Amino acid sequence: MNELLRVAPGGLLPWAPERAGPETLPAAPPPPRVGPSLGFVSLPLRLAWRQLRAEKSRLASAIAGVMFACVLVFMQLGFRAALFDSATALLANMKAELFLIHPLTTASFRPEPFSRVRAYQTLADPEVAQAVPVYLAQATFRNPVDGSRRAVQMIGFDPESGAVQFDGLPPLLDALKRPDTVAFDGLSRPEFGPIAQMFSALPAGEALPVQIGNRRVDIVGLVSIGPSFGADGNAVTNEVNFRRIISERRPTHTDLVALRLTPGADPAAVQARLRALLPADVTVMTHAELVAHERNYWETATPIGFIFAFGSLMGLIVGMVIVYQILFSDISNHLREYATLKAIGYSNFYLARVVMAAALILAGFGFLPGAVVSALMYDAIGAATFLPLGMTMDRGIAVFIMIFTMCGVAGLLAMRKLRAANPADMF
Amino acid sequence: MSAPVVMQDVTYAYGTGDLARPVLRSVSLRIEPGEIVLLTGPSGSGKTTLLTLVGALRAMQQGAASVLGLDLARASESARTGLRSRIGFIFQQHNLLGFLTARQNVAMALELDGGTTEAERLARAGDMLAAVGLAEHTEKWPDKLSGGQRQRVAVARALVGKPGLVLADEPTAALDKQSGQEVVHLLRDLAKSRGAPILLVTHDPRILDVADRIVSMEDGRIVAADQPMTSSAPAS
Repeated sequence: MNELLRVAPGGLLPWAPERAGPETLPAAPPPPRVGPSLGFVSLPLRLAWRQLRAEKSRLASAIAGVMFACVLVFMQLGFRAALFDSATALLANMKAELFLIHPLTTASFRPEPFSRVRAYQTLADPEVAQAVPVYLAQATFRNPVDGSRRAVQMIGFDPESGAVQFDGLPPLLDALKRPDTVAFDGLSRPEFGPIAQMFSALPAGEALPVQIGNRRVDIVGLVSIGPSFGADGNAVTNEVNFRRIISERRPTHTDLVALRLTPGADPAAVQARLRALLPADVTVMTHAELVAHERNYWETATPIGFIFAFGSLMGLIVGMVIVYQILFSDISNHLREYATLKAIGYSNFYLARVVMAAALILAGFGFLPGAVVSALMYDAIGAATFLPLGMTMDRGIAVFIMIFTMCGVAGLLAMRKLRAANPADMF
Repeated sequence: MSAPVVMQDVTYAYGTGDLARPVLRSVSLRIEPGEIVLLTGPSGSGKTTLLTLVGALRAMQQGAASVLGLDLARASESARTGLRSRIGFIFQQHNLLGFLTARQNVAMALELDGGTTEAERLARAGDMLAAVGLAEHTEKWPDKLSGGQRQRVAVARALVGKPGLVLADEPTAALDKQSGQEVVHLLRDLAKSRGAPILLVTHDPRILDVADRIVSMEDGRIVAADQPMTSSAPAS
């Protein structure tokens, strides 16, 4: 009652005289804003960090989500790269400038034979020094321990030509001249039997007898090529031994011809001349084109490339949903506070920067442990599968960009919720 | 310099077409520098809508309005956002950011002003908290403060930017009598000493004593301006 009576008569209030005093002038408007400065980024970033930090368990689950996506994408891209690297390892090892293959050959594990005469025709060009036919076929290899059979990729060519070079091959050149000898790929999958250990256990100079196809052959040495998705193991032999093992092959037809040019020759010019010279039943490719052709098969003609791309995408989508959920619930839980900030002059754009900063903080914090875990998993899985898995800088940067984009998109989606923070509804 | 708030024949309706429901009908209101105006009236009388229009939280529909020199009818959204940073808002609830300390919450109101450094902002926030009697509590989290203390932090946040106008919506609704009294008296004293006018919407008869003038609204019209207590005072 007292308070009411004090205001009562005609608006004459105890402090009414203050209305006229000089100090009753409205406060001066604030000084004009300084243009965009460091605060443009750092202040929203700090606000976002403080908000994330306030809820530790939610922050941990968000980081775990990003990390999960990160590892998934790293694994998928790692497998994808390992597939392409291993699938092209055989061709990448060939040391020749130009190659002939049948136009219908889609991949080296399933070549289309063409006439060996084409190899000799290329020698008509003065700059072609050497034409080496390479025979490719798969044969069954019997595991010397348990007798099980498995397909092995046979590579037959004149080892002395030097047109195809594998690690470990040079010391075996003489041994491979003997009948029924092969050099076995020591990196082949263990299902072929412990060939490398068995061979190493032999006294120097002795051969390990095994069965390939229907023939008993001697392993005279080990080379390093590595398994691919097309073949679990490899065996190198000379042309004659190749035909002994793959007896149904006609010697008149080869699968690949490696052309070595005279020193200083321009491969592109020779390639153009050979194209004009040779009939349409062979294609002339440079080494890079041959590797790209093989790679293209795995990328496009099989679902394998797609599967890994799809797997990466799923990882990114799952990660995006997790980040979106975290950001969205952060905004929802703080809707009144966001609306308050808008009411006291914070623009939508400022709050959008806060949300974006939160997304990017999560990206950074999830990526770092994710990359470390992925690198460890590469080592473990590479040791188990004999695939050439490894962390590369390029892939690290690519995944970093993907994770950032993922979190950025999640941030953009979550930002829509900011519109619901309407300061007019605050009153 | 004209008055901080001049509203002339402002009409506002929610909805469109046949569903349009007018909530303000030709409202005119003028607030002089340093004046403390209480806006009362029953629920649905349009006082909150009027407050949000003055606070540039809604776009104008009809009429003329000038707040702190800005013509609201023609102002863009970004101009209105800029105006809001020169107004101190106090809400029914404190709406403090739970993940910031009291001092950081108050400093948030200064961060939009690019001309200040972090140290200046925190110093001013600390001074302002001392002025509302919370010098001991500057580093506390909002959930460690009582309701009255939180609302005092909100008062500090509203006033720290030296606003040209303070808008308050039921600032005592969530407080007990004593805390409510403390908060509004604090608000009045601080605003008076800074010369900032206050427009305060309230149902609370316990705080009518702070007003220079009481404006009463009913059905979207001002029924008693400049004549406080004639029709608007509760019968108690």
